[in-house]
Amino acid sequence: MRKTLTKLSSNFLLLMVAAVQLFPLYWMLTFSLKDNKEIFGGNTLGLPQVWQWDNYTSVLSQSRIGFYLLNSLIITALTIMFTVFLSAMATYAIVRLKWMMSKIVYFIFLIGLMLSMHAVLLPLFVNLKPLHNTYWSLVLPYTAFAMPMAILVMVGSLEGLPKEMEEAAFIDGAGIYMIFFRIILPLLRPIMATVAILTFLNSWNEMMLAVTFVSNDNYKTITVGVLDMVGKYSTKWGLIGAGLVVATIPTLLVYIFLSNNVQKSFTAGAVKG
Amino acid sequence: MEKALRDKKAICFFVLPALLWFAFIALVPILQSAYYSLLKWDGMTASVFFGSRNYLEMITDKLFLKSVLNSLIIAGASVFIQLPLAMLLALILHSGVKGEGAYRTIYFIPVIISSTIIAQLFMKVYHPSYGMLNNVLDAIGLGQFRNEWLANADVAMGALLLPIIWQYIGYHMLLYYSAAKSISPEIFDAARVDGATGRQIAFNITIPQILPMIKASVIFAVVGSLKAFDLVYVLTRGGPLHATEVPTTLMYNEIFVKNRYGYASAIAIFIIVECLVLTLVVEKIFKKLQD
Repeated sequence: MRKTLTKLSSNFLLLMVAAVQLFPLYWMLTFSLKDNKEIFGGNTLGLPQVWQWDNYTSVLSQSRIGFYLLNSLIITALTIMFTVFLSAMATYAIVRLKWMMSKIVYFIFLIGLMLSMHAVLLPLFVNLKPLHNTYWSLVLPYTAFAMPMAILVMVGSLEGLPKEMEEAAFIDGAGIYMIFFRIILPLLRPIMATVAILTFLNSWNEMMLAVTFVSNDNYKTITVGVLDMVGKYSTKWGLIGAGLVVATIPTLLVYIFLSNNVQKSFTAGAVKG
Repeated sequence: MEKALRDKKAICFFVLPALLWFAFIALVPILQSAYYSLLKWDGMTASVFFGSRNYLEMITDKLFLKSVLNSLIIAGASVFIQLPLAMLLALILHSGVKGEGAYRTIYFIPVIISSTIIAQLFMKVYHPSYGMLNNVLDAIGLGQFRNEWLANADVAMGALLLPIIWQYIGYHMLLYYSAAKSISPEIFDAARVDGATGRQIAFNITIPQILPMIKASVIFAVVGSLKAFDLVYVLTRGGPLHATEVPTTLMYNEIFVKNRYGYASAIAIFIIVECLVLTLVVEKIFKKLQD
């Protein structure tokens, strides 16, 4: 009897929390499909009476949201590419190559785990002034701040992998570069996916640098574009809602298709940290 | 092979791109911040060496102290409200319920959505006339509690805490859950054979076993709270009347509104030091717990 009761109450709690976690998102979705008459006229919580798909067509055609999405995509893709490859290279040097400073260099990267972008906002604002309003003003810092975690998890992964394949390749006469590209990179592929997912979410969602380093509309990312859009539409909630939903879709898609990998990526960082 | 692995050129080829990138974009600027914090500088005219005066101003600045207090309130709310709730959820999920995976997936959704979008959404949730919160209060007969959640200095801080806690519950839950999953199942089986109840298993096995992960999650929660920016910046900009000011928003204002680069840098350095100190404190506390 007591057992069923606790079971019932735990299930109830789980359901309640699920509702609380989902309800704001449900609400965003519903008001993105309403007109102001409904939103301000009493039907704020229910499903739309008339489904205003127009909100989406107008947001997509009138605002530059598609353009902002493209900018975010370019910046994020460049960041992921540089982070994954440069970190893999550094990881190989730290774990497999023999040199005196390797421990020290690894430690230097680990210091980065304690730093945050806030602490360098002003110096970067000053140093990167010539690059403001380009993709590079964001790709440079996003990559720099993604590398410590990337190197941490990659080093952990490569240390656990056997060296036999590399040794055999050496005996067959392969050079060090060939071994890195033909053996190490494929071996690191699973952990590279983890790093890519983490880097994707961090740089896609970043706001502080994006809002300060880019003022030219042509280079704005989606997070900043959303802020602009909200200002522009101010009282047209339906359009704002549609914009917010469109801006959320890319991350949601990544999550839907890679849900388990996404969750694993977040825990990988925590276990090693 | 030994010789190939000591090839200086190859070592440079592999490590220098990442190292130089990291050094110039992350490490050098930290040193710059430290140097700027000793200056009186507006970013345009020549700077004047100011010594420790920015720091002296900082520790006597009421607004700064208030911002630190606010960030500690956020940290406290995370540690004492968000984390216990996350732990409870993780323990229930780990004890085996139907739809385990679905719950995990749902709880995690807010984590991956950009804070900017979450903040915009909560602006609408808190809207005084048409917001979801006031509407729900009306609907359940608690209309007298309607409020201007973000414009009333008395409740704004609370209104800010809600989305912060809401967004990251799933993250901490996942950390605990996956740590609990990695405990060898035989331990649980043995306990069950001995007739231990679910609560006993949770308090005597699961929680002690995942203590390292709890430590990590407390550190993440505390450090994350001290660096909170996006949600505060979009929702309140530190207002009304500085009621929700945190060190990062204060620093942002000092740079981009008041052009006080030296003072802003002192705040930046403070944030790093504060994070380090609190990380060490958490480490110490957990070391005591583990003994």
